[in-house]
Amino acid sequence: MNAAHLLNWTLLIPLLAVVGIVLCSRWENLRETASLGAAAILFAVVCTLYGNLRDGVELAVHWIEILPGLAISFRVDTMGMVFALIASSLWFVTVLYAIGYMRGHDEQNQTRFYACFAVAISAVMGIAFAENLFTLFVFYEVLSLCTYPLVTHAGNEKAKNGGRIYLGILLGTSIALFLPAIIGTWMLSGTLDFTPGGVFPEGTSPVLLSVLLVLFAFGIGKAALMPFHRWLPAAMVAPTPVSALLHAVAVVKAGVFSVVKVVVFIFGIDTVADLPVTSWLVYLAGASILLASLVAMRQDNFKSRLAYSTVSQLGYITLGAFMASQAAIVGSMLHITMHAFGKITLFFCAGAVYVAHHKSEISQLDGMGRVMPVTFIAFTLGALSIIGLPPLGGVWSKWFLMMGALDSGYLIMLAVLSISSLLNIVYLLEIPARAFLRPAPAGASLQEARPSSVVAMVITTLMCIALFIYGSDLYEFIRSARLV
Amino acid sequence: MLSHLPILQVILPLLGAPACLILWRPRIAWAFSFFISALAFIISGLLLKQVWQGGEIVYALGGWEAPWGIEYRIDLLNAFLLLIVSGLSTVVLAGARQSVAREIPAEKQTLFYVAWLLCLAGQLGILATGDAFNVFVFLEISSLSTYTLISLSRQREALWAAFQYLIVGTIGATFVLIGIGLMYMMTGTLNMADLAQRLPEVADTRTVFAAYAFIIVGVCLKLALFPLHAWLPNAYTFAPSVVTAFLAATATKVAVYLLIRFSFTVFGKDFSTFDVPLHSIFIGLGLIAVFSASTVAIMQRNIKRAIAYSSVAQIGYMIIGLGLGSVLGLQATLLHLFNHALMKGALFMAMVAMMLRIGGITVDDIAGLGKRMPVTALAFVTGGLSLIGVPLTVGFVSKWYLVSAAFSQGMWLVALLVVLGSLLAVMYIWRLVEIMYFRESPEQAPRGEAPLTVLLPLLLLVLGNIYFGIDTRLPVSVTEAAASSLLVEAYQGVQVGGAK
Repeated sequence: MNAAHLLNWTLLIPLLAVVGIVLCSRWENLRETASLGAAAILFAVVCTLYGNLRDGVELAVHWIEILPGLAISFRVDTMGMVFALIASSLWFVTVLYAIGYMRGHDEQNQTRFYACFAVAISAVMGIAFAENLFTLFVFYEVLSLCTYPLVTHAGNEKAKNGGRIYLGILLGTSIALFLPAIIGTWMLSGTLDFTPGGVFPEGTSPVLLSVLLVLFAFGIGKAALMPFHRWLPAAMVAPTPVSALLHAVAVVKAGVFSVVKVVVFIFGIDTVADLPVTSWLVYLAGASILLASLVAMRQDNFKSRLAYSTVSQLGYITLGAFMASQAAIVGSMLHITMHAFGKITLFFCAGAVYVAHHKSEISQLDGMGRVMPVTFIAFTLGALSIIGLPPLGGVWSKWFLMMGALDSGYLIMLAVLSISSLLNIVYLLEIPARAFLRPAPAGASLQEARPSSVVAMVITTLMCIALFIYGSDLYEFIRSARLV
Repeated sequence: MLSHLPILQVILPLLGAPACLILWRPRIAWAFSFFISALAFIISGLLLKQVWQGGEIVYALGGWEAPWGIEYRIDLLNAFLLLIVSGLSTVVLAGARQSVAREIPAEKQTLFYVAWLLCLAGQLGILATGDAFNVFVFLEISSLSTYTLISLSRQREALWAAFQYLIVGTIGATFVLIGIGLMYMMTGTLNMADLAQRLPEVADTRTVFAAYAFIIVGVCLKLALFPLHAWLPNAYTFAPSVVTAFLAATATKVAVYLLIRFSFTVFGKDFSTFDVPLHSIFIGLGLIAVFSASTVAIMQRNIKRAIAYSSVAQIGYMIIGLGLGSVLGLQATLLHLFNHALMKGALFMAMVAMMLRIGGITVDDIAGLGKRMPVTALAFVTGGLSLIGVPLTVGFVSKWYLVSAAFSQGMWLVALLVVLGSLLAVMYIWRLVEIMYFRESPEQAPRGEAPLTVLLPLLLLVLGNIYFGIDTRLPVSVTEAAASSLLVEAYQGVQVGGAK
C-alpha cells in the first residue's frame, strides 16, 4: 500500500474502532478487544509512517476543500509524528488501564466511554498531522466536543457543572479568540498552510501580528495558559483513564502542540522573537508555571493536585514556544513527550488508589505505600521525571528549556524553572513520602488495583526511564525538524 | 415546456390549493400537496440549472411584454431562494402528516394543506416575479395563508398570536404597498427592471425617499428585524409544529430576499447608501438583535420560543452581512439564508418529533429526552451545534464568511461582536442539551422515537447541515455569483441612469 494512504488510516482506524465498539456493546470482552486491537494497529501504522518519514518519503493526503483555498489535508512532519507516536502508544496503554479501572469501578455506559475515547484519538491524529491551521482547528473543535461526554460521564450534578466549565471555556475561547485569529491570519496572508518561517508577508504591521499572537495564545484554550486554565481542574470529574490520557496527554498536548505549530509555522520563530508582545507572553507563561504550582500545593484532592501540576507543566511548553529559539522549541517538543509519560503514570496511580481503596484525598494516603507498593514506586518515578531528575526522561526537556531561556536571553526564566522544580518536589514528593513513611492503616494488607491497570502503569514508568536512556535519539529526531 | 418553468413554479401550487380542497380526505390531501411541493422543488432545481448555465431568464406572462404585462425574472438570487423555499417545504411536508393529524382538528386538516400550498405559492411568487405590484399581491397571499396556518392550531393562544401577526403583517404589507404606489407615481412603471432604470432620474425627490423608507420598514416588519420582531416569537411558539418548521425555514428568508431585491436591484446600491447611513443602521440593529434576542432565548422555558428568539438573532446576522454592503458581506447573508434554513428546519423538525411523542415542548417535557428519544435528541444537538457554528456544519461556513467580510472592511469590532454573539448561542443551546441529557425524565414520561415518516425528514435535514458544511460547492459558488452580479448590476443601474 502506498505510504501516504496509511495517513488516512490513522484517522480512520479509531473511527472504525467506534463501529466495532458500538456493535459489540453487549459483549464486554469483545468490545475491549476492538479498542485494544485498534490501538495496536494504529500504533503500528504510526510507526510505519515514522519509518517512511525517516526515509524521507513525502507523506501527504488531501481530503476535501471545504471553502475555496481552505482544505482538510494532512502531512506528516517531525513534530506531528512525535505527538502522534505519544498519543497512539498511550492509547493502547490507557485502554489496558481503563479495562481494569472501569470494570473495577462498575461504571455505567462503558460503550459510550470507549466509543468517545476512540473518536477523541481520531481527532488527535487529525491535529497531529494537520497540514494547515484550518484542518487543525476543525479537529481541535471535534476534540472539544467528543470529550464532553467523557468529562460528564458520571451524569450527576457535579459532572454537569464540570462539563459546563470545560466546554464553556474550550468552546468559548476557540470561537471568540482562536477563530478570529485564524480568519485574521487568512485575510492578512491568504494562506493557512503551515510553512517553516511563517506565512505573513514582509512588512505586516507588528501591532497586528502582536494582536494575532495574543489571540492565538489565549484562544488555544487547551494549552491552559492562565487565566484560561479553569477547565482543566473542572475536567477532573471524568473517570481517571480520561483524566490520564486526555487531560494529561491528548487534549492538553493538542493545545500546546497547536501553540508550538502556530509559533513556528504560522508566525515563524524569528518573527515571534522580535514582536514586542512576546516578552509579555513569556512572563505570563512563567507566572502561569509558578502560580499553578502554588495552587497545586494547596490541593488535597489527588486529581486536583495533578491537574494544577499539569497547568504548571503546560506553562513550560508554552514558555518554550514563546521564547522562540531553536533550543526552546526543541525543549518544548521534548517536554510534550516527557510530561506525557510522566503525568499519565501519576494519573494511573491516582486512579488505582481510588478504584482499589476509594481514597481520593492526599491526606488519606498515609502508609498506602505498603499496601500498593508497585503503584507508589511507579508514582515516585513518574514524579521524579516530572521534577526533572536523572535517570528519568524529564531531565532532558528541562535541560533544553533552560538552554532555550539562555539563548533567548530570558535569564529570569532560569530562576522560574528552578523554583518550579523545587515546588514540584514539594507537592509531588509529598505523596510518596506520606505513602511510604507514615504508618500504614491498621489491618491493611497488600492490595493493588486490577492486573491490567498495574501492567499499564509499569509500562509507562519504564517508558520514563527509557526516555532518559534514549533521550538523545529523540532529541536528534526532533532537531531534524525544519523550523525556518 | 422548459421555457415555461418560471410560471409553472408559481402556478402549480397556486392551482394545487383549490384542487386539494376537492380531494377533501386529509390523507389524500397530504399526499397531493406533498406531490405538488416536490414538483415545485424539481422545477426550482431545473430553474437554478438553467440560470446557472444560461443566465437570467425573463418570462413575459401571457406573452405580454414587460411594460404592459407582468414579467417574471429569474436570476441566480431568486433561483437559489426558490430552491431553498420549495426544498424545505417539501421536506417538512413529508414529515407533516402525523403531526398534523395530532395537532389539528380533523375537519380542518384539509384546509391546512390548502393554506400550506397557498402559502408556498405566495412565497414562490414573491421570489419569481419581476413586478413590484405583483410582489405585494403574493405577499398578501402568503401572509393571509400564514395567519390561517397559525390559527389552525388547537392551542387557544394561537388565535391571539395569529391576530398579532395579522395586525403587524398588514401594516407591513400596507407600507410596502404605499412605497410601491409612490414609486409608480414618480416613474409610471411597476416593473422592477424599469424602476431600476428610471428611479435614478428622480432619486433626489422626497417622494422616492419616502417610497424607499416605506418599503424598507414594511419589509423589515415582515422579516422581524429588531425592534420590529415582537410578533415572531408568539407566532412561532403557538403555531402547529410543522408550520413553525416551515415558516422558520422559509418566511423570513423571503423577506430578506425582498430587502435585498429592493435595496440592490430596484433602488441600486448607491441610492441606499448615499444619504441615509442605512448600512450602519443595519449593522447596529443586527448586532442588537443578535445580543438581545440570544439573551432572551437563554431564559425561555418553552424551547420552541427559545429557538424562535434564536431566529430573531440569526436574522440579525443576515442583516449585518447586508449592512456590510460588500460582495463578501452579501455573500455571507445569502449563505446564511441557505444555512439557516437547514439549521432551523432541523431544529424545528426535531420539535415536531418531540411534540408528536411527548405532547409538550417546555423544558420539563424534554427532561431526560436523551434517553427517551436518543435519535431525536441527537438530531437536536447536531442542529444546535450547527447554529453555534461548529466546523463541519453549515453554521461554520456562514460565520466564516461573515467574520471575513467584517475583517476585510476593517470592522474588527463588528467581527468580534459577531463571534461573541455565537457564544450566546452556545449558552442557549447547551442549556437545552443539559436538560435533555442530565435531568431525570418525569415519571411515566412517554418513551420511544417518532415514526419513521417524521424521523427520515429530520435526519435528512440534519445530514444536510453536515453535508453542506463539508461539501460547500453548491451554496458557495451560487451565492458568490449571485452576490457579485447583484452588486455589479446595481452599479450598472446607476450608470445607465446617469447617462440619460
